[in-house]
Amino acid sequence: MFGNQGSGDVSGFGGLVRPQRTIEDSPRPYGGYFDEVRDALEEAYPAFGEAIEHVVVDRGELTLHIRPERIAEVCQVMRDDPALRFELCSSVSGVDYLGADDRRLHVVYLLTSMTYRRRVRLEVAVSAEEPHLPSVTAVYPTADWQEREAYDMFGVIFDGHPALTRILMPDDWEGHPQRKDYPLGGVPVEYKGAEIPPPDKRRSYQ
Amino acid sequence: MSASNYATERETTEGRVFNVTGGDWDDVVSGVDPINEGRIVVNMGPQHPSTHGVLRLVLELEGETVREARSVIGYLHTGIEKNLEYRNWVQGSTFVTRMDYLSPIFNETAYALAVEKLLGITDDVTERANTIRVLMMELNRISSHLVWVATTAMELGAINMMLYGFREREYILEIFELITGLRMNHAYVRPGGVAQDVPDEAIVKIGDFLKLLPKRLKEYEDLLSGQPIWLERTRNVAVLDVTGCVALGVTGPVLRSAGLAWDLRKTMPYCGYETYEFDVPTHADGDVWGRYLVRMAEMRESLKIIEQAVDRLKPGPVMVADKKIAWPAQLAIGVDGMGNSLEHVAKIMGQSMESLIHHFKLVTEGFRVPPGQVYVAVESPRGELGVHAVSDGGTRPYRVHYREPSFVNLQALPAMAEGGLIADVIAGGASLDPVMGGCDR
Repeated sequence: MFGNQGSGDVSGFGGLVRPQRTIEDSPRPYGGYFDEVRDALEEAYPAFGEAIEHVVVDRGELTLHIRPERIAEVCQVMRDDPALRFELCSSVSGVDYLGADDRRLHVVYLLTSMTYRRRVRLEVAVSAEEPHLPSVTAVYPTADWQEREAYDMFGVIFDGHPALTRILMPDDWEGHPQRKDYPLGGVPVEYKGAEIPPPDKRRSYQ
Repeated sequence: MSASNYATERETTEGRVFNVTGGDWDDVVSGVDPINEGRIVVNMGPQHPSTHGVLRLVLELEGETVREARSVIGYLHTGIEKNLEYRNWVQGSTFVTRMDYLSPIFNETAYALAVEKLLGITDDVTERANTIRVLMMELNRISSHLVWVATTAMELGAINMMLYGFREREYILEIFELITGLRMNHAYVRPGGVAQDVPDEAIVKIGDFLKLLPKRLKEYEDLLSGQPIWLERTRNVAVLDVTGCVALGVTGPVLRSAGLAWDLRKTMPYCGYETYEFDVPTHADGDVWGRYLVRMAEMRESLKIIEQAVDRLKPGPVMVADKKIAWPAQLAIGVDGMGNSLEHVAKIMGQSMESLIHHFKLVTEGFRVPPGQVYVAVESPRGELGVHAVSDGGTRPYRVHYREPSFVNLQALPAMAEGGLIADVIAGGASLDPVMGGCDR
């Protein structure tokens, strides 16, 4: 019951402690076009070994974990190399892995190659104390607003961004609302005589 | 006459600045010295009838020419992504459907596909469920494009078009109401399938609609396509070529109007779109006129897909067989229209303690989703609608991010508007078809 896995347990007890995710490299061959993408990047980008921390294939998707300071360079190669040609930066989003210390804030880039009809995910992890990484707006202008959103919601600072300001929240807002330690807020509601607490104060089986 | 009656003025290092809050435009403009080429900063919105909702545009004007345009968004931010993290995976559908309120079915389908991919049950979704999803999405695409034609035509001066567009959209909303019970915000597409089956009356109504709409589309084209004002206001206005679109991340009809036939239904198919026959309309000019033609043609293509989907609807389950993912209750028609089957309630309350426990746990906590992350994208009426979903293995989403086409496409507005006339800002903004509910989430 407590902490057991794979038993089909839906009681919630299995998740009393949220495990910290460890990233493990996937074994080769990855299958599909993933090997080609990796090899092409390795050939086109001399600092591959130093910049790429992990290569993970999960659920039919390729994720490259990149050292934060290298992300703009990698994006440049991903966009320009004729064997890669990831012309479109589909999505930039932040994820807060609270408790992972120096790898707490992740920024996830989803690149799309319209030429080869491929997708690849680049993932970067920074700490909440030093949440700096280079902006990719010079490579993908579309990342402008998406990086602003990641800054607004998670407090990740993209160095070199032309105007890194809040975008969804008001300019004078304090805090970064989608961080896991930022409360959802809300007030208790009375329903048929019972007081229903706000969603983040309710009993949780996570 | 001085503008000071209407506008407070102050001197800055860059010249005199007026703060205009109201009054007669002529009086305001006469307060500016034309010799000094003073620039006027105009706040258009957030409450403005032609900015498609609460979009605020800050325009720096030189006469009627826009020198700089900046969009300010966030007025409709409702924190849906954050809220999702405090509800279970199934409840997420009721939240995401409220993002882009003109294309709720797409929001739900993208979410459902992401959760299914995380669960690894993508291939278990039944054929009927997939066909219904396609059917609903294409109906929704038409209703969204109808609103686009209606509002854009109104903003460019053809007010009658607005009434017609909304009239036909109403017909689709009635079909949605028949199928899902709600006109908007359906929460109909759920992880594992769809919430309930399509009733026969809806199929009849869809059949009528398939006959009706081609005639009506013809009427719209008679009304707009040859009209000199419409042509003047759309041709060569707000041009954005393929390079500009890709650099700025613009997808959907705007990208296709520039000439690139990039449609996720064809290039990265989902829900069985690869088995349907339809074309991807494109245009070469990349202007508002091209976007109009592409959207009109897309509605016709959607009709083709709907016709094929209706033919394919074979009886069968609309939810995966796994009762842990499907809603555990048995629904039946009760006196209130729809409720739990009394037999099922009697069984779990009176005969099977285990059933009761499972029912309770699954309803209150929801199912668990194995840890990991996925990205799933669908072709919404506005472009690539992507969902980046992360699970930590719990019963609630750890993080769900929507790659909203409205949000990303709006970045292209300055590129379209700067250097043009202020009237063309409206045409360009409208041609992007931003829906602020989706943009701000």
